[in-house]
Amino acid sequence: MKEQSMTVSRNITKTVIYVLCIFLAVLSIFPFWVMFMNATRGTFEIQQHSVGLLPSTHLIDNMRILMGKTFDPLIGFKNSMLVSTGATFGAVYFSSLTGYALVAYSWKLRQPFFTFIMAVLMIPAQISGIGFYQFMYQINWVNSLWPLILPAVATPAMVFFMRQYLIATLSLDIVDSARIDGAGEFYTFNRIILPIMKPAMATQAIFTFVFHWNNLFIPLILLTDRSKYTMPIMVSLLRGDIYRTEYGSVYLGLSLTVLPLFIVYFMLSKYIIAGVALGALKE
Amino acid sequence: MLARTRTISYAKYGYLFSIPFVLTFLIFHLYPMIYTVVIGFTDLRGIGRTEINFLENPFENFRLIFNNATFRRAMNNTFLIWIMNFIPQMLVALLLTAWFTNRNLTVRGQGMFKVLFYMPNIITAATIAILFQSLFGYPKGPINDVFLTFGWIESPLNFHLQHWTARGVVAFIQFWMWYGHTMIILIAGVLGINPTLFEAAEIDGATATQIFFRITLPRLKTIVLYTLVTSMIGGMQMFDIPRMFLWGGPDNATLTATLFIYNQAFSGSYLYNRAAAASILLFLIIAVLSSILFFVMRDRGAEKLKRKQRQLKRSEKAARKGVVL
Repeated sequence: MKEQSMTVSRNITKTVIYVLCIFLAVLSIFPFWVMFMNATRGTFEIQQHSVGLLPSTHLIDNMRILMGKTFDPLIGFKNSMLVSTGATFGAVYFSSLTGYALVAYSWKLRQPFFTFIMAVLMIPAQISGIGFYQFMYQINWVNSLWPLILPAVATPAMVFFMRQYLIATLSLDIVDSARIDGAGEFYTFNRIILPIMKPAMATQAIFTFVFHWNNLFIPLILLTDRSKYTMPIMVSLLRGDIYRTEYGSVYLGLSLTVLPLFIVYFMLSKYIIAGVALGALKE
Repeated sequence: MLARTRTISYAKYGYLFSIPFVLTFLIFHLYPMIYTVVIGFTDLRGIGRTEINFLENPFENFRLIFNNATFRRAMNNTFLIWIMNFIPQMLVALLLTAWFTNRNLTVRGQGMFKVLFYMPNIITAATIAILFQSLFGYPKGPINDVFLTFGWIESPLNFHLQHWTARGVVAFIQFWMWYGHTMIILIAGVLGINPTLFEAAEIDGATATQIFFRITLPRLKTIVLYTLVTSMIGGMQMFDIPRMFLWGGPDNATLTATLFIYNQAFSGSYLYNRAAAASILLFLIIAVLSSILFFVMRDRGAEKLKRKQRQLKRSEKAARKGVVL
């Protein structure tokens, strides 16, 4: 009797759980679904019924209107790709190198240097925006993509992550045997250490790439030349007056900026979720 | 000769390999930070000016910003919107964590749910803000359509025109983008707890609720604190969503601190000195709030234990000394 009532209450709990989880899942999908569907619907259709759950036939028209104005997804894509790839490469490679320096060698300033990295880990980046802008203005780097790429070489949080990873996985015997074989230190790092660090580098690369792809603040203050716009700045054009009544085109423009992220996310979601979880455990 | 080769020092490579990081940090992070502080004490305003002078009263900019009603309003908004998003975010994440890690329930499809809940987090915030601006459109818009169809409202709501609905939508977007992230971190935290603790509790006949509140939650304290502090630091700098959603409107109701700084410097008035002063004030506020959180949430139990251990050691030492004497 008691057993039975327990199964009943457990089934009720489970039903509540599934209902809420499915509701939240729909909440995640719904905005993007409406966006993708409305990208194929005409302005008149959208004005009649703003929610269309099925695609319509106006994709080409919307595309023509969208591309006929200031919004250029190809330029945005190209610049975002340059910035994100460059920044990710710089951040991952040099954070690994710095992490390795902190683990493999014993030097006098090693501990102070690590303490320093821990101290600046949480300093918010946007705080120094004004000084950064003035500095870039003086060296004539406004409207250049370099100030969006180069600062990534110093990413304290990733150095910390790489250090922890190396401490957990690297045996210094490998380094010693490479030395006996006559390998130079830099060669050892590139040919022996980097391959060991691949899993950590891959996780960090995904998040760095997405971070730089989505970054708005610094590009917004630096880039005024439309040919240098990154994707998030390009998107802001859709908010302007020229697209005011072109609902279908606005949804299409938004869809185009989201599509690459969706593809990457659903291909790598397993690693991304695992990577987020890993971030919690490093504490 | 032999002795020298044996004691080759590799220490220089430690310095050598850190050079790129250190140089980049000094040039692109530390220098702009110091420069921002310096600008805060000067008369730097207007486009294209490079010559700057320190003010007669060095704290003039800070005084002006501190007494600026719009800055105060922006700080208020930032804090309000952060709280409005963080409390539900933490509660939902904790609830889902409790369910997903409950050993008696085995919720199916967890992998898929995690993927879907986390999804909004990696999408460009600028895009999401504009998307939601369209979704909450007035008088015709997807959300108004849905609400009317379900009969939740009688006439279309103009979400963009009222203070609290505008703030509410911004807070909702933040909640929606971040609860999945928080949930995954909390679940990872629970999986890191020694499973024998749960087994022992089950053998003792503890219910799932008791286990969650007596074992899981206390053990998660560090991770909850970590989430709280990172969320606060991020929340105080909230920029993308309010900027793209309604540009801080209506009537500055969604104007956040970083948006205020941006407006001071980059939307026509070029008040770089005021913007720099506001940045530094914001930084100090974030630093103070973080310290308060760390202090309030510090592990009192562990501290007590440490103090006791220290006392024990001291008395041991004293005892040993006594013996020697």
